[in-house]
Amino acid sequence: MAWTWFHRLASPPYVYSLAARLTPWFAWPAALLIVTGLYGGLVVAPPDYQQGEGYRILYVHVPSAWMSLMVYTTMAAAAGIGLVWRMKVAHAVAASCAALGATFTFCALVTGSLWGAPMWGTYWEWDPRLTFELVLLFQFLGYMGLRAAIEDVQRADRVSAVLAVVGVVNVPIIHYSVEWWNSLHQTASVMKLSKPSMPPEMLIPLLMTGLGFTLLFGALLLVRLRAEVLSRERAASWIREVVAGEAARA
Amino acid sequence: MMEFLEMGGYARYVWSSYAIVLVAIVLNIVWARRALKRAQAEARRRVTMRDAA
Amino acid sequence: MSAGLTPALEAARLVMARDLHLAIRRPGEVLQPLVFFAIVTTLFPLAITPELAQLRQVAPGVVWVAALLASLLALEFLYRDDAHDGTLEQYALSGQSLTWLLFAKTASHWLLTGLPLAIMAPVAALALGAPKGSVSGIIASVAIGSIALSLLGAIGASLTLGVRRSGVLLSILTLPLAIPVLIFGARATQLAMAGEDIAAPLYLLGAIAVLGITLAPLAASAAVRISLE
Repeated sequence: MAWTWFHRLASPPYVYSLAARLTPWFAWPAALLIVTGLYGGLVVAPPDYQQGEGYRILYVHVPSAWMSLMVYTTMAAAAGIGLVWRMKVAHAVAASCAALGATFTFCALVTGSLWGAPMWGTYWEWDPRLTFELVLLFQFLGYMGLRAAIEDVQRADRVSAVLAVVGVVNVPIIHYSVEWWNSLHQTASVMKLSKPSMPPEMLIPLLMTGLGFTLLFGALLLVRLRAEVLSRERAASWIREVVAGEAARA
Repeated sequence: MMEFLEMGGYARYVWSSYAIVLVAIVLNIVWARRALKRAQAEARRRVTMRDAA
Repeated sequence: MSAGLTPALEAARLVMARDLHLAIRRPGEVLQPLVFFAIVTTLFPLAITPELAQLRQVAPGVVWVAALLASLLALEFLYRDDAHDGTLEQYALSGQSLTWLLFAKTASHWLLTGLPLAIMAPVAALALGAPKGSVSGIIASVAIGSIALSLLGAIGASLTLGVRRSGVLLSILTLPLAIPVLIFGARATQLAMAGEDIAAPLYLLGAIAVLGITLAPLAASAAVRISLE
């Protein structure tokens, strides 16, 4: 059966052990890519001809912004799968995403503001991308608030899943409306470096940190997912085997 | 070396950006691991309680 | 029983008639958001300046933020009583599509809040220095925009059904979703006040409203079902 892998993913004990086995495969490459990428971005890449050394914030800002969107999409996709197929593990994935997403959206906002500060002469400019990140942060916080307000885990899962799906439909609309709004008032975005002029010494470190952050998200998600699955399944019998297995390894 | 640290006059902005993102990464790693450790401890406690009962 | 209506339309008519009846019995609930809107728009001249030349510049924003907050305030009444007395449960069990009935409910909610706000908005705008010629444009923009706001609000209200003291949470969930409506609505009002063509933002508002009509009742009924389980 081609679908067995999908059904296996619905089984908490399988997911728990799979997540444990996969974590190092994400964590170590992530560490390697982020360290070399940041070295490349800080040391190897030449200064930008317009923004000098200040543009180097790019190497943490862009991956954070990229991660904020990726986490939101992952969260909504998992929530949607959980709603449609009533898959408990998918809801656990969505629940594990929220706090991760919120912190990296916050990072994207702060680094964006720090990047803009010397270029604009002020810490906050209503730049369309920053405004968009701000709205995204509100959406993460709303999701977390809704989860926290409902005590029953299963109901919290499903209600917040509806919110995540509605939110992800809205994300492109918000994105384009903010761009449109900004085009009326013309503030130039410093976060847009013209792409063709970007030499490979600048671009490659960015791709490395981008991929590194993606893998880091994967690793963090796997660890959080294990915690989430374990605390949701506290009454299940397979927990005993997990506990025994850990005692044997320790 | 000093030149590198000065970042062409942008030191304040560049280094605080990197610091904030690194702190966020480290915090997320710590939080995730702590959540897992707690869940495992809770599971252990429940199993021993059920064995005792 | 009115002849010639399909069962679905008849059900929608009954739901709307019931909501409108209840509203007439309790006019306070309908008037409160409108009074709130009037008070909020009054606060701005007091906080900024009485000079119309300056107020004119912020008027579109003031009118739209106030309308947004007023419609948010009205959402609390959308499902609360019906969830409390079991009406929503009856709707879910009625055999009619819950999505369709909630759509009808949202439509009557718009008649009771969106439409009155659309009529009040130009009054507030005039008081903030809008020219007389802009009245029809402002009515159109608030009328269409508030359709989208009612639909988005229906989602927010259905998500927070099972939550105690849901007011603040409802705002936190709904306001980010309402940002596009705010942007296009305020832009349309701005253009109307400048005497320019408001078609572009109005079309965009219309597009959001149509998207909301097709998707929002689905999301709302999913959330209501979850909270009834």
